[in-house]
Amino acid sequence: MNGWVKVSADGTVTVMLAKSEMGQGVMTSLAMLLADEMGADWSTVRTEMAPIDPIYNNICAVVDGLPFHPDDRSVIKRLGGWMTAKAMREIGVMMTGGSSSIRDLWLPMREAGAAARSMLIAAAAQQWQVSAAECRAAAGRVNHSSGRSAGFGELAALAARQPLPKSPPLKQPKEFSLIGKPLTRVDAAAKLDGSARFGIDALPEGLLYASVAMCPVLGGTVASFDAVGATQLPGVRKVFAVDGYNGGTAGVAVIADSPWHAVKALAAVSINWNEGAMANVNSADLLQQLSKTLDDKDGFSYYKIGDVETALAGAAKRIEAEYRAPYLAHMTMEPMNCTVQFKDGAATVWASTQVPGIARSAVAKVLGVSPEKVDVRVMLLGGGFGRRLDVDFIAQAAAIGLAAQGAPVQTIWSREQDTTHDFYRPACVSRFKAGFDGEGKLVAWWNASAGQAILPNILKRAFGLPGAGPDKTTSEGAFDQPYEWPNARIGHEIVDLPVPIGFWRSVGHSHQAFFKESFVDEAAAAVGQDPVAFRRSLLKSHPRHRAVLERAVALAGWETPLASAPDGAKKARGVALHQSFGSIVAQVVEASVTADKQIRAHRVVCVVDCGLAVNPNLIRQQMESGIVFGLSAALRGEIVIEKGRVQQSNFHDQRILRIDECPQIETDIIASSEPPGGVGEPGTPPVAPALANALFALTGQRLRSLPLRLA
Amino acid sequence: MASLNINGKVVDIKAEADTPLLWVLRGELKLTGTKFGCGISQCGACTIHLDGAAARSCITPVSAAIGKAITTIEGLAGREAQVLRAAWTDVDVVQCGYCQSGQLMAACALLKKSPRPTDVEIDAAMAGNLCRCGTYPRIREAIHSAAGKKT
Repeated sequence: MNGWVKVSADGTVTVMLAKSEMGQGVMTSLAMLLADEMGADWSTVRTEMAPIDPIYNNICAVVDGLPFHPDDRSVIKRLGGWMTAKAMREIGVMMTGGSSSIRDLWLPMREAGAAARSMLIAAAAQQWQVSAAECRAAAGRVNHSSGRSAGFGELAALAARQPLPKSPPLKQPKEFSLIGKPLTRVDAAAKLDGSARFGIDALPEGLLYASVAMCPVLGGTVASFDAVGATQLPGVRKVFAVDGYNGGTAGVAVIADSPWHAVKALAAVSINWNEGAMANVNSADLLQQLSKTLDDKDGFSYYKIGDVETALAGAAKRIEAEYRAPYLAHMTMEPMNCTVQFKDGAATVWASTQVPGIARSAVAKVLGVSPEKVDVRVMLLGGGFGRRLDVDFIAQAAAIGLAAQGAPVQTIWSREQDTTHDFYRPACVSRFKAGFDGEGKLVAWWNASAGQAILPNILKRAFGLPGAGPDKTTSEGAFDQPYEWPNARIGHEIVDLPVPIGFWRSVGHSHQAFFKESFVDEAAAAVGQDPVAFRRSLLKSHPRHRAVLERAVALAGWETPLASAPDGAKKARGVALHQSFGSIVAQVVEASVTADKQIRAHRVVCVVDCGLAVNPNLIRQQMESGIVFGLSAALRGEIVIEKGRVQQSNFHDQRILRIDECPQIETDIIASSEPPGGVGEPGTPPVAPALANALFALTGQRLRSLPLRLA
Repeated sequence: MASLNINGKVVDIKAEADTPLLWVLRGELKLTGTKFGCGISQCGACTIHLDGAAARSCITPVSAAIGKAITTIEGLAGREAQVLRAAWTDVDVVQCGYCQSGQLMAACALLKKSPRPTDVEIDAAMAGNLCRCGTYPRIREAIHSAAGKKT
């Protein structure tokens, strides 16, 4: 799967992508990895979505599909082992998420490029009757020391007959010609003229449209419905109940000849619901329950050093606090949608998904066919942020497609359905205790948080597997951090609650970073220390983290006075440092408060150490993106559930940041030759605590609950 | 049955008069560059031009578009559009790209009205166009850059 490349006679190099493009730039960055090693001319490089199939029996198909037919069985074995390892690691599926694409494919894509380069050189050497060692590949050509030269396109056919090299040499970093350059995106042009095709833009011939109303109480079902009026409306083909699939909620669907006819007819259906188990669930009660859990439980211990109880007991000064984070919706700009045509026992699925393999299995199950009968076409994703790791809407679209008897149907959720039927970032409550000695040195750090576990829930939805064991997904960010606490215990208690939850950009880090970096700030304030100096003192043997922090405070001018905001209000700075997905990020936020207590973020300085920077432009984009996403959550993000019903429905009552509220963002990347870290998510976690810490500096109010609201 | 003037061509459509233009464009006319985001004029993904002014096609019924020049991202042309697309490319604004048709339509309407917009004017004109990927700083930079190159 990884490292596919095709070379056409005209010299076009086509890189097959095993990852979904959802804005993070994989079309550009993954192609760069392969093209650099190959010595391709970047202007001739194109990308194509790889078909699904991480399993063994298609490795031959993969290799067969290459222009370079290998006859070396040991290489196939090697590829097989490589594939299997990957499949195991990714739970047997293609998956885009967890800021993993570059980390996952850093070597495979380069190896595939290097193999292609070796074969093109071998072809040239054979043709010219010279030694391969005298040939070099660069800028889409193979050149010989004699001056002979041929384009990749001219060599493609002969190269395809060369044996696959056993271990093609990889370039040294100083030899990179593309990796490390701030190249602009290859997908930009199509996104500026309307020609880019997202899931919702699938246009098979004879397309019908479906609209669906799911039970407003999550997990509820349809008791009965009256569609007499609806079926008489123009364009309506069918009105029917549809089950909840893969963790989704049941509802009523309308198939019509146009999207608007489907929407109008659905509004004319009257539905009686069985509200089910969540009918009396309120999120405010759940947060109380999480808090109460911590009265007598301190959770599974993820990190322990020294003797925290003794250190706390003997401390000259102690502080403690409780923090809270709410449920959050993803609200991708492209609402959930999926197009399915089931005809003659085979299905075609056009979907924006982060998990095409799971989507295929889910559709196959709904349609009662084998997965081989389902062709999933991964379209561009109008945002993912973890929502498209779930396939509830895809399985539902398959059920709706089944009812259309051969016609293709595009099921489109309204924004209201999308917001009220998400898999939410779980709410979490966290308690801290810190102890200091007589000199104000931190001697004890105790932390316990409580919340739902994501992974067991998503595994159950995707595969029907029960989850077991401690879950890292909602506690990450609390215990896996660099601070050198002399005595510490960090625990997390899983509490099973009925709210459907899922992965939300930066997952556990999204709330744990807020808790931890806020309480670090509290600890510094408790002993009258500067927040930067305090953090520095806890990072003595972590030079990478210290360097990121130092660079951020230097760029932000931490010690220098701040000018007033445009409205004359005073400004203050706050800092946060957090490590996630293999990268380290420090941010300094400058904030002010308006006369009517509105919070304003004016400037964010962001420094990231993500190891070797594959494409600095894309890294900056992802930092900016993560910061704006995190600020939306910090300022406004909150899903409230009352009697099982999500109270927010659209962008008017779950507001996200707009351009007039967006701070100036400056990103700096630490030069590094370490292996690449992730960048899609690490920009998000530090911004909420950095902002909260700035608000403390400004107002003296310690805001321990998200979203941030001043008293 | 109505006739609409879309991207300089007169087309007959079947949709009823109350149908939001968005669904006529995307469904009947297969002009899918105009995006559905919220359905209530809160996100700007569906922004088009009606006689050169930015409008939300999700709440604009066919009846309100009859007799007007409708422009979608597919038909967006002219000097402003050209410099904006170039600036969007140079600054590398887009990420997922879903909102960008609407962003460009809004930016183009702004530049036609105000060739050298200030930050305040940019905020006022663009605040109705949401971007979940957070491309706002680059949108602002690209609009300034395009405005600088326009004359």
